[in-house]
Amino acid sequence: MTLTSYIFGICAALLTLIVVIDMLRRRRLRERHAVWWLIAGILALVVGIFPGLLEWAAKLVGVGLPVNLVFFVSIAVLFLVCIQHSTELTKLETQSRTLAEEVALLDLRVRELEAATAPQQGEDVDGQSH
Amino acid sequence: MPAEFSSTLVVLPALNEEEAIGAVIAEVLETLPGVGCLVVDDGSSDATALVAARAGARVAQLPFNLGVGGAMRLGFKYALEHGFDNVVQIDADGQHDPRNVPRLLEALDGADLVIGARFAGEGDYSVRGPRRWAMWFLAKILSRTAGTTLTDTTSGLKASGPKAVRLFAAHYPAEYLGDTIEALVIAARAGCVVRQVPASMRVRQGGTPSHSPIKAALYLGRAMVALAFALIRPPAATGSEVTP
Repeated sequence: MTLTSYIFGICAALLTLIVVIDMLRRRRLRERHAVWWLIAGILALVVGIFPGLLEWAAKLVGVGLPVNLVFFVSIAVLFLVCIQHSTELTKLETQSRTLAEEVALLDLRVRELEAATAPQQGEDVDGQSH
Repeated sequence: MPAEFSSTLVVLPALNEEEAIGAVIAEVLETLPGVGCLVVDDGSSDATALVAARAGARVAQLPFNLGVGGAMRLGFKYALEHGFDNVVQIDADGQHDPRNVPRLLEALDGADLVIGARFAGEGDYSVRGPRRWAMWFLAKILSRTAGTTLTDTTSGLKASGPKAVRLFAAHYPAEYLGDTIEALVIAARAGCVVRQVPASMRVRQGGTPSHSPIKAALYLGRAMVALAFALIRPPAATGSEVTP
């Protein structure tokens, strides 16, 4: 491995971490959604600094080419993020469905109340004019 | 039975039905004097809500389209909030004859959920080919789940008793086919007694049932997926909602 690629790996991992942490800081990303990105960034940084770890880990799980372990872990992380997004979407849909139903119920109630109190208001206006 | 009518809410889920719904509401109010009639406007882009209100129905307008399941859960919630014991679902396109409703309500005496079935000897409704086989197959499985003989599980004409209304107000599913297949499974697994009575149907005003084998296969596939998930889901939490 050349020094350039070593530095490039570390920089890429640092950049990812900085972006994620900055978005967390600005509250543009919630912790629960950032956790997988943080784990991925930290893993990339550790492996970037100590490439020997990757070879050791690849040997440990029996992966011939260490780079394949990187691909495997990357895809696994993306997969988990996708599943998390799908469940969040489902939850949001359920919530917006409930809200839509409540809005419709409240809307109907307000209209019925307005209809019931409309003549009364008319009398009040007359009363004030006298 | 006017006493029963006054505690019954007829819910018509409607999506862009301005042409048919006025007549349907008029017929419901005339045939079933004293019932509450709630139209759930499921995000229509036409004058459905206006026509329905003019015809004398209460109209709840959903801000966007939720499907029949969402519209019906709203109906069940409304019934619960306003003290109606029974909810009858009728399609807004006029394919259901409101004269069937008294028979459905009578059957609620010994049941919690009554389905108005199209193939049970009344009317001249018929479906042929693969779609019919799909419906037959579904009926077989759902009959086992519900512990009674059901021949038409996808009927939109249904009456729910107090127990089913409480259950459905919290758990009526919004997914595709959820309002027919999954709702039945939820009710049966929550201990509701399901019954079927024959009901006559009219020719649908808009659209015709599909007879294409590919569409039928797709329908069966989606129905089977919906059914499989309905069966493996944990039963609806009935503890607090269902206890009288």
